[in-house]
Amino acid sequence: MRHVISLLIENESGALSRVSGLFSARGYNIESLTVAPTEDLSMSRMTIVTTGSDDIVEQITKQLNKLVEVVKVVDISEAAHIERELMLVKVRATGKDREEVKRTADIFRARIIDVTDTAYVVELTGNQGKLDAFIGAIDPALILETVRSGVCGIGRGDRVLKV
Amino acid sequence: MVLSGAEIVIRCLQEEKVEYVFGYPGGAVLFLYDALFQQDKVRHVLVRHEQAAVHAADGFARSTEKVGVAMVTSGPGATNAVTGIATAYCDSIPMVIISGQVPVAAIGQDAFQEVDTVGITRPCVKHNFLVKDPRDIAVTMKKAFHLARTGRPGPVLVDIPKDVSMQRCEFEYPKEISMRSYNPVVKGHSGQIKKAVQLLLEARRPMIYTGGGVVLSNAAEQLTKLTRLLGYPITNTLMGLGGYPFSDRQYLGMPGMHGTFEANMAMHYSDVLLAVGARFDDRVIGNPAHFAEEPRKIIHVDIDPSSISKRVRVDVPIVGDVKEVLDEMIRQIESGEARPNPEALAAWWKQVEEWRGRRCMVYKNSDEIIKPQFVVQKLWEVTGGDAIITSDVGQHQMWAAQYYGFDKPRRWLNSGGLGTMGVGMPYAMGAKLANPDMQVACVTGEASIQMNIQELSTCKQFRLPIKICNLNNRYLGMVRQWQELFHGGRYSESYMDSLPDFAKLAESYGHVGIRVDKPGDVEGALREAFTTHRNELVFLDFQVDQTENVYPMVQGGKGLTEMILSAEDL
Repeated sequence: MRHVISLLIENESGALSRVSGLFSARGYNIESLTVAPTEDLSMSRMTIVTTGSDDIVEQITKQLNKLVEVVKVVDISEAAHIERELMLVKVRATGKDREEVKRTADIFRARIIDVTDTAYVVELTGNQGKLDAFIGAIDPALILETVRSGVCGIGRGDRVLKV
Repeated sequence: MVLSGAEIVIRCLQEEKVEYVFGYPGGAVLFLYDALFQQDKVRHVLVRHEQAAVHAADGFARSTEKVGVAMVTSGPGATNAVTGIATAYCDSIPMVIISGQVPVAAIGQDAFQEVDTVGITRPCVKHNFLVKDPRDIAVTMKKAFHLARTGRPGPVLVDIPKDVSMQRCEFEYPKEISMRSYNPVVKGHSGQIKKAVQLLLEARRPMIYTGGGVVLSNAAEQLTKLTRLLGYPITNTLMGLGGYPFSDRQYLGMPGMHGTFEANMAMHYSDVLLAVGARFDDRVIGNPAHFAEEPRKIIHVDIDPSSISKRVRVDVPIVGDVKEVLDEMIRQIESGEARPNPEALAAWWKQVEEWRGRRCMVYKNSDEIIKPQFVVQKLWEVTGGDAIITSDVGQHQMWAAQYYGFDKPRRWLNSGGLGTMGVGMPYAMGAKLANPDMQVACVTGEASIQMNIQELSTCKQFRLPIKICNLNNRYLGMVRQWQELFHGGRYSESYMDSLPDFAKLAESYGHVGIRVDKPGDVEGALREAFTTHRNELVFLDFQVDQTENVYPMVQGGKGLTEMILSAEDL
């Protein structure tokens, strides 16, 4: 099962390696990991996408909670939540492909944020499935480069992860 | 008051009432050693290898309830300390390790004696710090001691660059510390405790299984009271020995790979199992799938939530300090009406006694050759069962655990989790310094003792009259046993040739050495060591049966009930 774990961690050097080290030491999967400071600069928020049985995910959250610098841990995928990921794709855009790529970008509500004679950079946000679908919709021969941010997640409604 | 960073570190140790620091100086800690030199409250024990410094501080902590402190230099000092740190981590021992580091500006430059100490130790500490500003030292040291001794205890490392220990700043030691990210639960959930008590009282085949958590939480008194109140059988793991008195009728011996038949059978066939400060380790329950075949309700009390439902599914989890939770259980039972069902309990005890009747710990003694079990039994007799016993790792460790009956906690020091050979003598050093009036003996083997044999020198310098009982079988005994049983008797690299004459070796360090070859001389030699040579270190080199094996045994990967009781079962 795929889980999305959000956590708040003290914004100190080495904090990220404590988390990534825990995953590698205990053999847990990391599908993606994103981290950046929150509005309170003393803390960072991390979103980790992982897969594992219920027992393993329970252990993951317990082990994360045990890290001294971790302030709070929530498995946001246990309830309604929103996931977003940012992707930038550099696409070859020449001849008839120029119009085709633009049309596909419009359909996906992506934006073209850089234009040259031969290439576009397309920016797209959404859940992982949408980003995958966009990649699938473009002729692979046209894709010069892609970069994805990894998933950011937040609970729906009144559910708040805050100190 | 303006002090140097080094002076601040030492002042912090004084504020924490640290009596001994075990360590070894070097370039990056010169200022720290200079500050140590200029005071006399904190005493320093100069070891001969950093690994031993950490083990000795660990032994000091295990035999008391204090935080052990070690100090090492950067680079090789820190890497030598890693085995000691990991050993303490695996057994949840409260420790603070101070390591020197190259100056801040040199970090990352591949400087002389530079390693990423914080990075190397990260997976084997409860937490660690790199202090880059002398103004942060006091609060970091306060945090380090707080983290080490609260919650599930563990080693905490503080890495201090040389220039930080030299720079001066204002010193004030914080009286209290709070960390928003660290608030271990102490009191157990009363509703869960109520559920647990009800389950316990309704049990028909109850069993109590306790581990190192009882010792660390100083809860032996509570455990004994609860167990007697209920009248249930109890087993203590290797780490939990002495949590409940060995000599009591309700005690079934140690469980697990080399545990007793009755303890393992009672664990397996119980209908309600109360686990306290124990973690269903692979050496205790064997194959978890086999263990799960028999239906039973499990109550698990532990201060660390991640220990619960890690290897076995638990029905009533209780997160909290063992002592607090046991106190609450006792209170609830005493204030309630319900009592255990006497008929069910009598029938259960009848079954347990039948298992005990197999007398699985009986071994064949000999008049010709010294049996290692016999040495441990005689050690128990000569010391009145009241010594602090340390061990290394291997067959001798199991024999010491099996045949020295521990009636009290903090009397048995061994590396249970990591299984580190070489801890025995340093543990004895730490324990002797912490308990100068107690008898301290190290039960070891000729292989383990050589892993830190250099500490004979430290023992001379600091006049530590420990007694080393070397069960010398000229083999890496436990390796040899597994090779005999599971590898067709191919003794690959498990025989040690060219051993030193240990008695003479001890003498060359200025100690007393005694070689014992005959069973009839064992007791006399032990008595001589503990009386005539009471104030000297005595190295007793017992030439024991080379092919004696540790039984009973549950083979790795097998279930608890699939035991080999003796060589005849093979």
